[in-house]
Amino acid sequence: MDPLILSRWQFAITTIYHFFLVPLTLGLSILVAIFESRYVATGDEAYLRLTKFWGRIFLINFAAGVVTGIVQEFHFGMNWSGYARFMGDIFGAPLAIEALLAFYLESTFIGLWVFGWDKLPKKVHLAAAWLVAIGSNISALWILIANSFMQNPVGYAIENGRAVMTSFLALITNPNLPYQFFHVFAAGLCTAGFMVLGFSAWHLLRKQETDIELFRKAFRWAAVFALVGALAVGLVGDAHGKFLGKTQPMKIAAAEALWSTQDPADFVLVASIDEENAENKFEVTIPSALSFLLYNRFTGPVEGLNDLQEDAVQMYGPGNYIPPVTISFWSFRIMVGAGLLMLLLALLALIKPRIKFLDRSRLFMKLLLPAMVLPYIASTFGWILTESARQPWIVYGLQKVQDAVSPNVTAGTVLFSLILFTILLGGLIGVTGWLMFKSGTSQPQPARTAE
Amino acid sequence: MSLNTVWFILVTILFIGFFFLEGFDYGVGILLPILGKNDVERRTIINAIGPVWDGNEVWMVTAGGALFASFPNVYATLFSGFYLALVLMLVALITRGVSFEFRGKRPDKSWRSLWDWAIFTGSLLPALLWGVAVANLMRGFAIDQQMNYYGGLLPLLNPYALLGGLVFVALFTMHGANFLARKVSNSIAERAKKLAFSVWIAATALTVVFVVWTFFATDILTKPGLNGLIPAILAALALLTNGWLIRSGKSGWAFITGSLVIVFATLMVFVGLYPRILISTLEPSWSLTIVNAASSPYTLKVMSIVAAIFVPIVLIYQGWTYWVFRKRVESNPEKLTY
Repeated sequence: MDPLILSRWQFAITTIYHFFLVPLTLGLSILVAIFESRYVATGDEAYLRLTKFWGRIFLINFAAGVVTGIVQEFHFGMNWSGYARFMGDIFGAPLAIEALLAFYLESTFIGLWVFGWDKLPKKVHLAAAWLVAIGSNISALWILIANSFMQNPVGYAIENGRAVMTSFLALITNPNLPYQFFHVFAAGLCTAGFMVLGFSAWHLLRKQETDIELFRKAFRWAAVFALVGALAVGLVGDAHGKFLGKTQPMKIAAAEALWSTQDPADFVLVASIDEENAENKFEVTIPSALSFLLYNRFTGPVEGLNDLQEDAVQMYGPGNYIPPVTISFWSFRIMVGAGLLMLLLALLALIKPRIKFLDRSRLFMKLLLPAMVLPYIASTFGWILTESARQPWIVYGLQKVQDAVSPNVTAGTVLFSLILFTILLGGLIGVTGWLMFKSGTSQPQPARTAE
Repeated sequence: MSLNTVWFILVTILFIGFFFLEGFDYGVGILLPILGKNDVERRTIINAIGPVWDGNEVWMVTAGGALFASFPNVYATLFSGFYLALVLMLVALITRGVSFEFRGKRPDKSWRSLWDWAIFTGSLLPALLWGVAVANLMRGFAIDQQMNYYGGLLPLLNPYALLGGLVFVALFTMHGANFLARKVSNSIAERAKKLAFSVWIAATALTVVFVVWTFFATDILTKPGLNGLIPAILAALALLTNGWLIRSGKSGWAFITGSLVIVFATLMVFVGLYPRILISTLEPSWSLTIVNAASSPYTLKVMSIVAAIFVPIVLIYQGWTYWVFRKRVESNPEKLTY
């Protein structure tokens, strides 16, 4: 086997594992901080109990998120030394800044939060909760600054065979960044919303539940989070798509399985894709709808894969520049499908108390249990789409993945670590999920002993 | 002073911070099953580092990140070259990292003892591997003209490097014992004090052999111009004082002098390396230095500004955390945070 393929698998698997954990950290840290703010502002002990109940789930998830994150940092040097040498001048900076601004903040204040209940004044303790939330989200911002460069390189020059930074300002104001960051941020809110909705529904469904009011409270907050998140994730995603139509047309063409340029372009609903012959064997389309998605009008050309391939050959020399179309196409549809389903469920959850039959419906509450996985499905396929459809590039237009891999790491070595990480981190995610389930379905502590 | 030198110093400081802070964390983890006789005692020991270990580990992550940003070629050569050692290290750090959180989430004995052992091995293995890595840095390894090392894991596990690993384990364990002597309830603290002296004897013996070997096998102590001799002497003095202070029961001062041993020893390594970072044993001119491995002057400048602003802020709030948790952790099952 080829160390390149194995390294790609390893990076994909460990990143997906990592991103099982990250969105919940981003969103739930904020929700927990809001609960604690309510407690500090109103003195209502129900909010203290909510803070501790969801805080416990947050901590389990956080610990696993931290350790899977370290694996990611090491990977850039271990498996991708070609990338580290070529890109280090630009890519290392946001990574180091992420550690300096975000990791110290969240890890230090999480310690204060967990162990500081009886050592810190209430308001200082609350500040710790918010600093954890801010730290986590700043961390997302800086790693996405790094990723945005890979999608849309800006503020650089090529000198002595490597990319060097020419403008830090350009790096951090990359036009791709706001889309990516707010998409991820909103996904975090959504993930936290559905997690809290699900576990609250579990408690509200129980006949002998004693804390009905408590979980109703949690449910209402979570419904707002889920709806705001689902709505924002969709709107930002739509705007991002329009932006990508200009900056990464190949990504859009792959996500839509559009082989030849069309004007107006149809939106392909489902297709049987034949990558070998560069065509769709069968497709169901909505006329002109792709043009509408990209330009808000029913006309306008969208370039197809085959034409973009020809352009790319002219620009970068011979080679195959078409990303894996089937993966991109279906990832996009799964992501959007999950997103739309979440939007519907979140809306119903929010209006539930006002609509009688819905409020009484046990079926709807039962639906919210499996719905907890929807944000995870959407996030996972979202990343698969954005990273796969950038192929063969690791940095769009600058470096190919094949030139990024470490030349001195053998296939056997990577195979060993690939198996080890897959099993170890897989087991870890399993234990994390199980502990979170146990926590989420346990009775919240009474306020006094929780103190 | 050139920015390259500034960044060499900053990376040195980050590694000093890392070995000083994670040093006692690893030591505490190694001592957990030895000093903790029952669940309450073990929880007490864990809680002595509970609020701070995560922030301490960030020193390693930041040292790595800073190395990437300032000397990307070092990052590339080191991490790809030490691949398997780093895989082992990651496995250890992963299990250790979640152990602290997972352990208290279930009440059953076998569950807790599983994570106790995960903390033990997860602390022992990184301590050993960092020692092995640093010893290899001091002696150099077979880096080729393209800055790549093809040798794999086995040549890195040479006797000199393994001895370096043992030195790290012994020093960190001693450091951890000194830390616990100040941080936990008296009965455990007393045991920690006694153990600290035995570990001190072992650490001193190993260190003497290692330093003599270093004198003959490397140029860290003998390189003309700037070399690690003076920090080495300071480290030796700190180590001797440390033994005397442990013996006379002054645990606070023992912790401080023990910390100085780690600070000066790390300084010895980096001063001895300067201006090289990774020494090639194949051909001296193929070594990675602060010049040929560095980022562009622009990136170094930007990063210098960022570091000048944020490193002091981090130091202030991390220092404050230690102030908040300055009291001993009492072995009171009612009050322990799980």
